[in-house]
Amino acid sequence: MNRLRSGRTETTAFNHVILFLLAVFALGPVLVLFLNSVKTSEQIAANPFSIPAEPRFDNYAVAFEKGNYVNTVKNSVILTVGTVIGVLIVGGMGGYALAHLEIRGANIIAFYFLVGTAIPIQLYVVPLFFIWKTFGLLNTHLGLIIIYCATSSPFATYLIRSYMVALPKEFIEAAKIDGASKFQVMTQVILPLSWPGFLTTGLIVGLGVWNEFLIAVTFMHHPDLKPVATSLRAFQERFTRDWGLTNAASVIMLLPVLILFLLMQRRFIEGLTQGGMKM
Amino acid sequence: MAFKIDSRVGVTSAYRWRQILSNYIFLAPVVALNLIVIVIPSLTSVYISMTKWSGLNQPEFVGLANFERLINDPIYWKSLSHNVIWTIFFLTIPVAMGLTGAFLLSGIKRFQMVYRVAFFIPYVIASVVNTELWRTLLHPRHGIGAWLAKQGIEGFDIRVFGSKHTALYGVAFVDSWHFWGFLVIVYLAAMYQVQPDLYEVAILEGASRFQRFRHVTVPGIRPTLVFTLLMIMIWSVPAFDYIYLLTDGGPAHASEVLGTYLYNMSFFRFEVGYAAAIGVTMALITAFIVAIFVILRRRGWEI
Repeated sequence: MNRLRSGRTETTAFNHVILFLLAVFALGPVLVLFLNSVKTSEQIAANPFSIPAEPRFDNYAVAFEKGNYVNTVKNSVILTVGTVIGVLIVGGMGGYALAHLEIRGANIIAFYFLVGTAIPIQLYVVPLFFIWKTFGLLNTHLGLIIIYCATSSPFATYLIRSYMVALPKEFIEAAKIDGASKFQVMTQVILPLSWPGFLTTGLIVGLGVWNEFLIAVTFMHHPDLKPVATSLRAFQERFTRDWGLTNAASVIMLLPVLILFLLMQRRFIEGLTQGGMKM
Repeated sequence: MAFKIDSRVGVTSAYRWRQILSNYIFLAPVVALNLIVIVIPSLTSVYISMTKWSGLNQPEFVGLANFERLINDPIYWKSLSHNVIWTIFFLTIPVAMGLTGAFLLSGIKRFQMVYRVAFFIPYVIASVVNTELWRTLLHPRHGIGAWLAKQGIEGFDIRVFGSKHTALYGVAFVDSWHFWGFLVIVYLAAMYQVQPDLYEVAILEGASRFQRFRHVTVPGIRPTLVFTLLMIMIWSVPAFDYIYLLTDGGPAHASEVLGTYLYNMSFFRFEVGYAAAIGVTMALITAFIVAIFVILRRRGWEI
C-alpha cells in the first residue's frame, strides 16, 4: 500500500505538467484577448503578449458606445429570456408526459428527438426563411424566439425528462389519491421537485441563444433589433484595423457568459454533458 | 352478470382512452413547434430541390435537374471532400486531446476542478468571439507568427486563413480548440464509471500508464467513445459558423464546405432550388451515417 501511494505521488507530477500545458493552451488565447482589449492597435502590433503599462479601459467605453451595446444587449436579453421561458414551458410539459404519463408511441417521439437533432439545419433553413417572410416573422424577435424554442426543445424535453424520471413515484401517487388532476400533479408536485433540471436546462438553452450566430444572421437584418452576436460581427467588419477596440467589444459579449459559467459551472457541465450524451 | 361486467369494461376503456388522449396535450406544444420549424420546412426543401427558383419568382419544376448539376459541379465535390477532411480532423485531434486530458485528470484529485473549468471555458465562448480572438492571434503581422519572427524564429508569420493551403486546417484548428474541452468532460464522466478494481489489478500486475489506458480505460469507456465519434460525424455535416466567420469558404473555395456553399448559393446567388438540392444531399449523408451506426449495432457490435 505504501509503495502504491508513493508511486501515485510520483506519477501525478507528470499529470500536472501535461494538464498545466493543456490549460495554458485552452486559456492562454482568452487571456491574450483580455490583455489586448486594453491596448492600442500599435501596442498589439508591437507585441501581442505584452502586459500594457497603462491599460486603456477607454476601449470598453468606446466599444460599448459605438457598438450600440445598450441596444444589442437588450435584444439578446429579450431573445434569451423569451426562448428560455418558452422552452421550459414546452419542454417541461413534454418531459412530464414522457416521464410520468402513458404515451403510446413514446418510442417514436423519442426517436424523432434523437434523429431530429441530427437533421442538418441547412436542410430547413432556406424554406423556413421564406415561410417566416410570408408570415411577417422575419426581422422580429418573436420569429427568432420561435425558431430557437423549436431547435432547443428536443434537447430540453429530454434533459427535463431525465430529471423527472428520477423523482420518487410515491409523491405522484399520493397526490393522485388526493384527487389532483394531471395538470395539478405537474405544477404542484413535479415542478417544485425538479427545479434543478429546469435551472440546468435554462442555463444551457440561454447560453446557446446568447452565442447563436447562423439563425440570427439569417433571420434578423434590422440593425436596431440585432442581438450581440451578429452586431459584434458587423462591428468587427467596421473596425478591422482597430484590434484593441474589436477585442474589447468581444470581451463585453463574453463577460456575462464567463461570470455565469464560473458561478454555476457544475450545472453547466452536468447539463451539457448529460443532455448531449444521454440521449 | 356477464353483461354487467362487459358494460363496466366498456366504460373503463372509454375513460381510459380519454385519459390517454389527454396525455398527448402535454406533448402537443413541443411536437407542433418541431413540425412547424423543422419537419415541414425540411419536407418543403425536398420539393424546392426539384425546382428552379430564385426565391422571388414562381418556382419552376425541373425534376432532378439540380441533382444532375450537383454531380457535375466540381465545387460541390470539393466542398464535400472538405467536409470529409473536417470530419477526420475532428475524429482524431480533439478526440486524442480529450482522451489524454480526461485520463490525466482521472489520475489526480488536487486542482481537478480548476483544470476542468479551464478546459471547458473555450466551449462556452461564442463563435463570433473565438474567431475574432484567433484572427488576432494568427495575424501574419501582429500575431504569434510575427512575434516569433521578431525573436528570430521565422516561418510562422504566414496568412493562415488567407492561404489556400492552410485555410481549411486553420479554421478546423480554431474550431477544435473550442471543442476539445467538451470531450474531456464527457470522457472523464465515463472514466469514473469504470470499475476501480480493474485499475488496481492492472497496477498490481505491473501495467504501465499507457497499458492501463489502452487495456482498461478505452474498453471501459467504449460506448461513450463510440457515441462521441458518431456525434462528431453527425455534427461535421452542417459545420458552418467558424468557417463562415473566418474565411467564408475562401480563398477560392479552399475552405468551402457544404454548409457555406449552400448558404451563399441561397442567400447571395439566389439559386434557392440548387441550394435546397445541396441541403437534401446533406440530410442524406446524415441519414447514411445514422443508418450505418444502427446496422452495426443490430449486427451485435457493442456500440
